[in-house]
Amino acid sequence: MNADVILDVRGLRKFFPIRKGLLRRVVGNVRAVDRVSFFIRRGETLALVGESGCGKTTVSRCILRALTPTEGSVLFHHDGQTVDLAKLRRRALRPLRRHMQMVFQDPYASLNPRMVVGDIIGEPLLINGMRDRTERRARVQELMELVHLPASVMNRFPHAFSGGQRQRIGIARALALNPSLVVADEPVSALDVSVQAQILNLMLDLQDRLGLTYLFVAHDLSVVKHVSNRVAVMYVGRIVEVAETETLYASPLHPYTEALLSAAPAPVPGAVSSRIILEREIADPANPPPGCAFHPRCRYATARCREETPELAEIAPGRHVACLRAAELSLRGIGKAPAA
Amino acid sequence: MRLPFTRRKPAPSKAERYATATQLQLTWWRFCRHRLAVVSLIVLLLAYTAAIMADFLATTDPHQTNAATSYIEPQAIHWFDNGGFHPFVYGLKGARDMRTFKLSYKVDTSRKVYLDLFAHNYDYSLFGFRTDIHLFGLRNANRNDGIYILGTDQLGRDLWSRLAVATRVSLFIGLVGVSISLFLGVILGGVSAIYGGWIDILVQRMIEVVRSMPTIPLWLGLSAAMPSSWSVTQVYLAITIIISLLSWTDLARTVRGKFLSLREEDFVLAAELAGASQARIIFFHMLPSFTSHIIAAVSLALPAMIISETSLSFLGLGLRPPAISWGVLLQDAQNVQTLVLAPWLLTVAVPVIIVILAFNFLGDGLRDAADPYG
Repeated sequence: MNADVILDVRGLRKFFPIRKGLLRRVVGNVRAVDRVSFFIRRGETLALVGESGCGKTTVSRCILRALTPTEGSVLFHHDGQTVDLAKLRRRALRPLRRHMQMVFQDPYASLNPRMVVGDIIGEPLLINGMRDRTERRARVQELMELVHLPASVMNRFPHAFSGGQRQRIGIARALALNPSLVVADEPVSALDVSVQAQILNLMLDLQDRLGLTYLFVAHDLSVVKHVSNRVAVMYVGRIVEVAETETLYASPLHPYTEALLSAAPAPVPGAVSSRIILEREIADPANPPPGCAFHPRCRYATARCREETPELAEIAPGRHVACLRAAELSLRGIGKAPAA
Repeated sequence: MRLPFTRRKPAPSKAERYATATQLQLTWWRFCRHRLAVVSLIVLLLAYTAAIMADFLATTDPHQTNAATSYIEPQAIHWFDNGGFHPFVYGLKGARDMRTFKLSYKVDTSRKVYLDLFAHNYDYSLFGFRTDIHLFGLRNANRNDGIYILGTDQLGRDLWSRLAVATRVSLFIGLVGVSISLFLGVILGGVSAIYGGWIDILVQRMIEVVRSMPTIPLWLGLSAAMPSSWSVTQVYLAITIIISLLSWTDLARTVRGKFLSLREEDFVLAAELAGASQARIIFFHMLPSFTSHIIAAVSLALPAMIISETSLSFLGLGLRPPAISWGVLLQDAQNVQTLVLAPWLLTVAVPVIIVILAFNFLGDGLRDAADPYG
């Protein structure tokens, strides 16, 4: 494996048992994440894209071990060492937590309303042994400047801030411990469009300055295009396609990616929408259809798709796709193909 | 509203005050908007003050019987005499009923007995000090004279004084009971939520069993089990424990629900991801987030507690004379005969109703104000 890989996820599975009855017997499993594999290079941004309920948040929480994966490994490369986060015990995990932090989707729920901003940003520092008040204060001030918040608002409570400002506070908190990996779980989807760009630009700027690596979870391809180097598309617990951002946008290989791309609003006034409307409901992860999970909604599906489950395969350098007909289909993307 | 930090100077403006307001302040501001709750709070503060000062407010020894003064009607205090402020009550005069030959005492409007402020009467202790000073008393009174503001009962005891002492007993039995059930509720509800699994199932089923028991027969059984040789204090404690053993379930459910919902909060996850210990998460992030809910739940549990004691004692299952509580006093007003003879014995129900209503309004107000971010 490449030396500059920071995170390598292999065969990750997370099942949630469905319990029923008086004895809470397990009657089935929700396969929220089913054999997901991908890697992230140091300093890049990998976007994880998919519909609501496709398991992208579960993946990000398994990586940070907010959830314990059912199966698979999450290899984290740090200081020339490799640890499998999926197998570590809670206690052993704690010293590693500082190297990977999270930015949350909901800037309202993610800040404790009972703490002032200075304490919120300073808490990770306190937990990780920065006991001295003045030292902590100085660091909090530094972090607030980093996310363009005036240090004078340190004594305010979160309720005094707007969504965008709160998200800056959340970012400052995530950066407090100098993490190398930041998992951003839809960091802008709860914000006004006018504020989204500010936050995204701030994140890109911080990435440049601090050499951060992002796992950027999103459901919106137009946001992803702006920030990510590579994109992984998820559908019902599985990754269906991984590619460099521009390549993926210009020539998608999976029919689901094509449908997603067609749904992205064109930034040209009066542009004729050629949106592909996906029929039927998204598959139930507790009871996925046989064969390719996407086949009931796929307009290219054949009899074979109903029986055979496609595996994620590398069909060109850096291009992975899980579709049985990937080679024969020629799908429509948006934008121009990158110059070869 | 202006953005808080577009302001150059942090003048103590309204926006700035709001921005740096703690949870307690926000809750208080919101609570103050609930007029009825604020009034209730004042009423309850007065009631508890009166309860603490019960002996000070009493005019005669609440335990002292006097056959002569049986069933005296409520007496008004007359405030002015001879064109000046000289509060007085009329004295009592004994007269023999010529048909029954029974000596009965009637108000004698020809004789005035003047009132004194801070008069001396029976001994009692207040905050550990022995004293005999009462708010007011009679000057130069005969043996049977008294300030019977609410009348007297069959044994000639002053109802006003008895009511004062009963208020103390009944209001504090509620507090003690709620403290016990709060303790049980928080511990069991917290354990249930934090450990989950079979412990959770066990606690929840236990709650269901306790809740499904019909209360009156259970009270009957439990109080029948109390030895009659027990002193008033022992019975008092036993009753409190019986009531709170049955009423912790609501609080336990509230606590468990709050724990479960808070565990899913992003800010709790954020603390966990920062490496915070379980104890830190519980005590710094979760508990502060629902103390206000607990206070609201408690203020709604208190009246239930007080009503329980009152009804138990009314039925003769709780406190028994010579103990004095609202229930014990109302017990005197149980039969029609007494009600016809002495309808004023029912006035005891008035403070019960006022206090219970006030607690309910206060609880409502607190619950609305409890979550200033909701």
